[in-house]
Amino acid sequence: MGGYGAYIWPAYAVFLVVLLLDAIAPRLRRRRVLAEIRGKLKRRTAREATR
Amino acid sequence: MNRLTLWFHKIGSPPTFYRIAGALAPWCFGIAIALGALALYGGLVLAPRDYQQGDAYRIIFIHVPCAWMSLFTYGFMAVNAFIALVWRIKLSEILAMASAPIGAAFTFITLVTGSIWGKPMWGTWWTWDARLTSELVLLFLYFGVIGLYAAIDDKRKAARAASFLALIGIVNVPIVHFSVNWWNTLHQGSTVRLMGPSKISGDMLWPLLTMALATHIWFFASLFARTRVGLLELEGGKDWARDVALADAARDETVTAHG
Repeated sequence: MGGYGAYIWPAYAVFLVVLLLDAIAPRLRRRRVLAEIRGKLKRRTAREATR
Repeated sequence: MNRLTLWFHKIGSPPTFYRIAGALAPWCFGIAIALGALALYGGLVLAPRDYQQGDAYRIIFIHVPCAWMSLFTYGFMAVNAFIALVWRIKLSEILAMASAPIGAAFTFITLVTGSIWGKPMWGTWWTWDARLTSELVLLFLYFGVIGLYAAIDDKRKAARAASFLALIGIVNVPIVHFSVNWWNTLHQGSTVRLMGPSKISGDMLWPLLTMALATHIWFFASLFARTRVGLLELEGGKDWARDVALADAARDETVTAHG
């Protein structure tokens, strides 16, 4: 890289890492949101069963 | 209602969009990664060394597409914010809010890669000139939208408040774009032009444009994935979202049973 490797590779690493995080973030949040929906559903059915 | 309005309403309904986005997202991610890899090969291996900047110029292949995306994403967010404020369409609220973190990611990459490029070329990591400062303001605007949306519990009210901020912030977009013409700056002027010839040779141009295409498709991939989660969160009490949640749990159970 003509002596500029120390600048070029970190720049490309930042690019790849940030976009990787961008792709992972919604997957993690999806898991949490779905678990929340199931939790609410379970509590509601439990409440209805005791009534 | 005519056919177009009807179609629009159907696409805009959360369960329908959830399904369509789910079908499109993997394709978008796949195509974006393939095009991105091709662009990286073209930019890092095939493209010749620049006669002035040597190999350091190769940062252009990520810096410029991400800078374009930082503005494109803001425009997309602002249009959806406008629709959300005027017509109160749920999908537009979610699309606008889902754009903000993607825009912040691209803006962050632009600032960091630009800084890394600036050190060998200008001799400094950072300077408070018009282009750099307005791009930094853009990052803060994205943070503002994300923060405001997260701070209000009622997600529909939150989306309207954050949409309003997004709309006001649009004044910064032309400032970023024209800053290199309006003020004296260390930052170089536009290399690629829509009107007239670009100031770049063909074997450097195609990796740049391919990466630009890849980042646009990546944007939609990420947008679809984020919008799906946003819709689930907003409509968590509705039947369709419960069905999705239960089906997801059932699938997890089969995986554990067989694994």
